Amino acid sequence: MFESPEFKEGNHSNDLPLVVRILCAIAIGVLGLGLIGVLMSTANLSSTLPTLVQQNLAQSGVQNPVTAVLLNFRSYDTLLEIGVLLIVAVAMLPDSPSGRLVAVVTDTQINPMLEAALRWLVPMIVIMAGYMLWTGAALPGGAFQSGALLAGAGVLIQLSGRLSFCFTSTMAKLLLTIGLITFMLAAVGVAIMTGVILQYPTELAAPLILLIESAATISIATILLLLYNSLATQVSVTNAAVTTSTTSTTSTTNIDKEPKS
Amino acid sequence: MSFDLFIDAGLVVGVLTLACLCMAAKNLFTAIVLFVGLGLFVTVAWVRLDAPDLAIAEAAIGAGLTGALLLATWRQLRIKSVNDDADKPNQIGGDNV
Repeated sequence: MFESPEFKEGNHSNDLPLVVRILCAIAIGVLGLGLIGVLMSTANLSSTLPTLVQQNLAQSGVQNPVTAVLLNFRSYDTLLEIGVLLIVAVAMLPDSPSGRLVAVVTDTQINPMLEAALRWLVPMIVIMAGYMLWTGAALPGGAFQSGALLAGAGVLIQLSGRLSFCFTSTMAKLLLTIGLITFMLAAVGVAIMTGVILQYPTELAAPLILLIESAATISIATILLLLYNSLATQVSVTNAAVTTSTTSTTSTTNIDKEPKS
Repeated sequence: MSFDLFIDAGLVVGVLTLACLCMAAKNLFTAIVLFVGLGLFVTVAWVRLDAPDLAIAEAAIGAGLTGALLLATWRQLRIKSVNDDADKPNQIGGDNV
């Protein structure tokens, strides 16, 4: 569907005329200074928003103003953000046949030190992600941070080579979409109760936000891991092909182009 | 107070220097490493600006996962260019990896 980007390292073309470069520098400078000026002049307007958030914090269901804005006052933004992430994930879905979500790789060389370290590290990262999710109600933290931590644990597991993930399985598709599904169900559900989409009833706000954040964490972690996975697995396939052919033909530079799987 | 000023001035200089170096780096790998370093500087800058939420997100996503994604892409591009250059061995500038 997309054209593969070309690798142009070392082929920088500095053939832009000096006048054009100076003009570009001036234009960028003026634009940057203008942006700084605009920011300086509008700084006073936004100073009423923090007090507004503080006044309504009691009915948001959480104590952290950032989480209150992201998941309650401006939850529409967050809903669309999760939708955008899902679209990115769909665009990056690998072309591999469907299988189990997690498969144990047996024919690979395992670094015992790496695996031993991971057995300590991964459970701690999972606990840290859960803490980050829970503490997002009162302190800095939340779904995105905790999802990124979980995805980091997944990247480490994949780097160790013991487990492989298949993101075209039904389970993976469920994990990818559960965040958006839960968010939209909650949005429509509270619309039936209060009449306005995404306007939580005050007494239900805290459990609803926790539910939405938990589902969003799972989806964000899966999507971020999918992004890494779809880049790294293609590498390992082509990399194996290149290393075998380079070792056989080291004297000549003639390497057969291996067909992509 | 003067110590805070020292830290902040160091952060400003560090962020700007790393950003310039990252943009000017001819080697893609160097640019990626500089980008991750820039992410760590920006993380500390967010902490200094009393925005710990953004600091956590920047450290986890900006410096951590984006770095991993960029490195994976870099590897793939390099392998692809080795394959492409091998098809045309007489091309000038083919040995740039």
